[in-house]
Amino acid sequence: MTIDQSISAVESVESTVQAYLESKLKSTVDPDQDLMASGLVSSMFAMQLVVYLESTFGVAVVGSDLKLDNFRSVRSMTALVERLQGNDSDG
Amino acid sequence: MGVGITTLAVGNGLRVVLLDNDQAALDKARHTVEFQLRHARMMGALPVDGVAGEVVTTTSMDELSGVDAVVEAIFEHKDTKTKVLAEVATVVGEDAPLITNTSGIPVDELAVALPRPEQLVGTHFMNPAYLIDLVEVVKGRYTSDATVAGLQALLRRLNRRAVVVRDSPGFVTSRLLHPMLNDAARLVGENVATAEDVDALMVGCLGHRTGPLRTADLIGLDNLADSLVALYERTGEQRYMPCEQLLAKVRDGDLGYKSGSGFYQYRETLS
Repeated sequence: MTIDQSISAVESVESTVQAYLESKLKSTVDPDQDLMASGLVSSMFAMQLVVYLESTFGVAVVGSDLKLDNFRSVRSMTALVERLQGNDSDG
Repeated sequence: MGVGITTLAVGNGLRVVLLDNDQAALDKARHTVEFQLRHARMMGALPVDGVAGEVVTTTSMDELSGVDAVVEAIFEHKDTKTKVLAEVATVVGEDAPLITNTSGIPVDELAVALPRPEQLVGTHFMNPAYLIDLVEVVKGRYTSDATVAGLQALLRRLNRRAVVVRDSPGFVTSRLLHPMLNDAARLVGENVATAEDVDALMVGCLGHRTGPLRTADLIGLDNLADSLVALYERTGEQRYMPCEQLLAKVRDGDLGYKSGSGFYQYRETLS
């Protein structure tokens, strides 16, 4: 993968998650915005996000990755998906 | 509520026999329990590396023989609860607490129909039971101290704290909460504010955890309406009558989180 492709892959996860959140929350969402602190996301919805990320990006969020902090923002969710996808290809 | 309580119990390593008269509901419950266990772990309510207990699903009352305790969590209808509890009492031992989980039906009204009224005690688990660590416990006039002790021992195994109150319609929590949810629905019906704005004000100004209408959706709008009717019938106070906005949602099948829509939309629920 070239650097350009890698960047566009990151943007793709981030923009997909961001678009999904904006459609669900009927609100604009900044990638760094803390969705929990701003009250936009309940813990029940965060769990729906887990299911969404798993089915959309083909990852499994288990063990210590299954914590609220990983779902606080578009950025943190993107980082999680990137890391889990990276782990898959390494393994 | 039965599924959430099952999640709480198996999440704490207990074996649960889940009884329902609907096999499809049991099949769905298995998936829901898995989802809820993950939710509880995400929220730190259960250890991430905990080993869950076994869930046995059944449509046969006989499977309950030999259990340590029974939690009845069917819908809020007194005659149905009475009928089921009377049947359960013939299957389980005399020492097993019979626990009726209800948001407001007085324990004494159910106890009188049982062979051993002292065996019955009430709980009002909050929803979701696997996240909220305090349980309202209702001691009826007939409830024995041994039954209360048995329930408290069970709650300790579930890592739950209890506050024991005297039996009465709606106990403490529903008597206070349900009319407030009803009024919140009425405000939406009168176009004073949207559901989102009512909740935003209650959360942001008054420190509520989720807001009344999201809470109503989580309880189930049909359950809430039933509970309000039960309060009205027992107190005679008009303010407990479910408002038109709430009844319309129930008629339309918009029952809240469990049906995918209520005052809010929940499209990706429990896949």
